[in-house]
Amino acid sequence: MLGLGKRDLIFLAVVLALTLAAPVLLNPFAENSGLAQFNAGYPDLMQRIAIFAIFAVGFNILFGLTGYLSFGHAAFLGVGSYSALWMFKLLSLNIIPGIILAVIMGGVFALAIGYVSLRRSGIYFSILTLAFAQMSYNLAYSVLTPITNGESGLQPDLGDPRILDAASSSGSVPPTNIFGLAMSETWKVDFLGRVFQFNAGYYVCGLISVLMFYLALRIFRSPFGMMLRAVKSNQNRLNYTGLNTRPYMLTAFVISGMYAGLAGGLMAAMDPLAGPDRMQWTASGEVVLMTILGGAGTMLGPVLGAGFIKYFENIFSKINDHVLQGWFSVFPHWLQDLLVTIFHPFMGKGWNLTLGLLFMLVVIFLPGGLIEGGNRLMRLTRRRRRDDGPRPSEAPAE
Amino acid sequence: MGILEVKGVGKRFGGLQALGDVNLSVRENTVHAIIGPNGAGKSTLLNCLVGKLIPDTGSVLFSGQSVLGRKPHEINQMGISRVFQTPEIFGDLTVLENVLIPCFAKRDGAYRLHAFETVAHEAEINAQAEAMLKGVKMWEKRAAHAGTLSRGDKRRLELAMCLAQGPKLLLLDEPTAGMARADTNATIALLKEIKARGDITMVIIEHDMEVVFSLADRITVLAQGTPLVEDEPEKIKGHPKVKEAYLGEAH
Ligand SMILES: Nc1ncnc2c1ncn2[C@@H]1O[C@H](COP(=O)(O)OP(=O)(O)OP(=O)(O)O)[C@@H](O)[C@H]1O
Ligand SMILES: [Mg+2]
Repeated sequence: MLGLGKRDLIFLAVVLALTLAAPVLLNPFAENSGLAQFNAGYPDLMQRIAIFAIFAVGFNILFGLTGYLSFGHAAFLGVGSYSALWMFKLLSLNIIPGIILAVIMGGVFALAIGYVSLRRSGIYFSILTLAFAQMSYNLAYSVLTPITNGESGLQPDLGDPRILDAASSSGSVPPTNIFGLAMSETWKVDFLGRVFQFNAGYYVCGLISVLMFYLALRIFRSPFGMMLRAVKSNQNRLNYTGLNTRPYMLTAFVISGMYAGLAGGLMAAMDPLAGPDRMQWTASGEVVLMTILGGAGTMLGPVLGAGFIKYFENIFSKINDHVLQGWFSVFPHWLQDLLVTIFHPFMGKGWNLTLGLLFMLVVIFLPGGLIEGGNRLMRLTRRRRRDDGPRPSEAPAE
Repeated sequence: MGILEVKGVGKRFGGLQALGDVNLSVRENTVHAIIGPNGAGKSTLLNCLVGKLIPDTGSVLFSGQSVLGRKPHEINQMGISRVFQTPEIFGDLTVLENVLIPCFAKRDGAYRLHAFETVAHEAEINAQAEAMLKGVKMWEKRAAHAGTLSRGDKRRLELAMCLAQGPKLLLLDEPTAGMARADTNATIALLKEIKARGDITMVIIEHDMEVVFSLADRITVLAQGTPLVEDEPEKIKGHPKVKEAYLGEAH
């Protein structure tokens, strides 16, 4: 079914179920308990995780399969955001046209940048993509201000033509929506002291991300995906086997650019404001981190990486000295102060420091990313179970 | 005129004249062996045929068309496949995938956007790959990563990959080097079988004289970048120049 084998189908079903149930699963702690700060079931955070998962899954089609490391993918994200916003301003606050244009423009820009950058490989390719992305960033700040509104960012306002739905608004700019269902619409359900928030915007992002995950899965299992892995493994042999690597690479680049454009479009749809920082190199670096942290070249790795980084970014940035003091209040005063001083640089705004350390640890000890960590754990427990006496149903050891 | 016509090919690396003035004419559906001492320029000559190197002088015609200036994948699509001296395979891919890729390349050409088809559902291609792997007795190892194979297995895999394309001209650069005797014999048997089908031309570089004399229709002896003699195997065996340049010193 759906062109997938049985195992992949089950895999996809699990991903879909987790996505649908996320508002509940990510909110395990009661609202008034001290652990509530570790909840992640907020619409805003869940939207961001879903959007960055799309970004990272697309990036992984390029980097994970072919090994070509682009350092400029945030440019396509930014282009997607600006494109979507222009549709919101010119056509309608219904997000569908905006998102479609975001995907198209992400692809068009990727075609242009990929065409040039793919003339080189390795570090030169990375530098070329980085240069293009920084150029886009600077252009958005300067020359292109009429299109991007420069530093203050682009957002819908009352004076917009909005050909399709201008008549319906009066007094204030209506929210972004799908046929009238506002992205900010949230149903709150109180249950056992927990407040579950079912948000329209999250479900739009979540369902689209499952769809994009499905498409990526198809690509991984396709002859095309196999050729991309062959590029990474031995480009020479591929050429001497009669295959032209350039168009394969360019297609992969464009596909991943369209994923980035889509992510940018969704970002604009959730929060209709786009600034140039979305295109900065730090944003390009973030998707690289997500993919490597989760496990490049695996299906689930980039999703895990995106979730991991966005979740901990959210948690850590909430932890200030006051919270730290609370944690260490059991210790004598001098020790409490010392611990707070030690932990302070890693919390709040210092979250990037923690992320950097984590990243180093993963790259050194788990080069395959979190996925490899999970696999190792699984193998370990399986071995332990086997030591206890093998079960008859278990598959023979490899 | 032969299917492969090499005329006056020369190649210089800095101060080293790796190929002098090489002329070679290979008739269709025959096996042509090139022998010669280490560093004679045998691999360099093949490099000039597949687009890895562009010769400084001369011309290379395949089926009447020049191959010079064409990219490796274009030359391959003309019908030339090559087994390299050091195996060129997809080390991170499975043995089966290694053979599937040339099967796809044969069917789909240099590029096709088959992003939403599924490898496992391509029954015909999978059957071809299976037959190819069984042909080199590698089917049992289909799930292994090619990079983990022994040297001999890598060579057989590479041979299967080349054969999977059904090339008109197969270039073999020491296809049995590093193989155990039994594997060498199996490879000879396989190559003989392919030769017997009568629809493929082979150029084979080989140090193992048993392989050469059991397969070749004609033999060229290359030394220091120039062909010394070209003749039938029987005549080459006793040729004084050959003894002097090659057979005398190797083995
Ligand atoms: N790319 C290159 N750059 C510089 N010199 C080269 C290059 N390729 C080959 N040579 C030199 O050209 C000469 C011929 O090399 P070639 O590999 O063609 O020999 P061969 O006949 O295949 O030898 P062998 O039996 O050892 O494989 C050698 O001296 C080699 O060092
Ligand atoms: Mg050689």
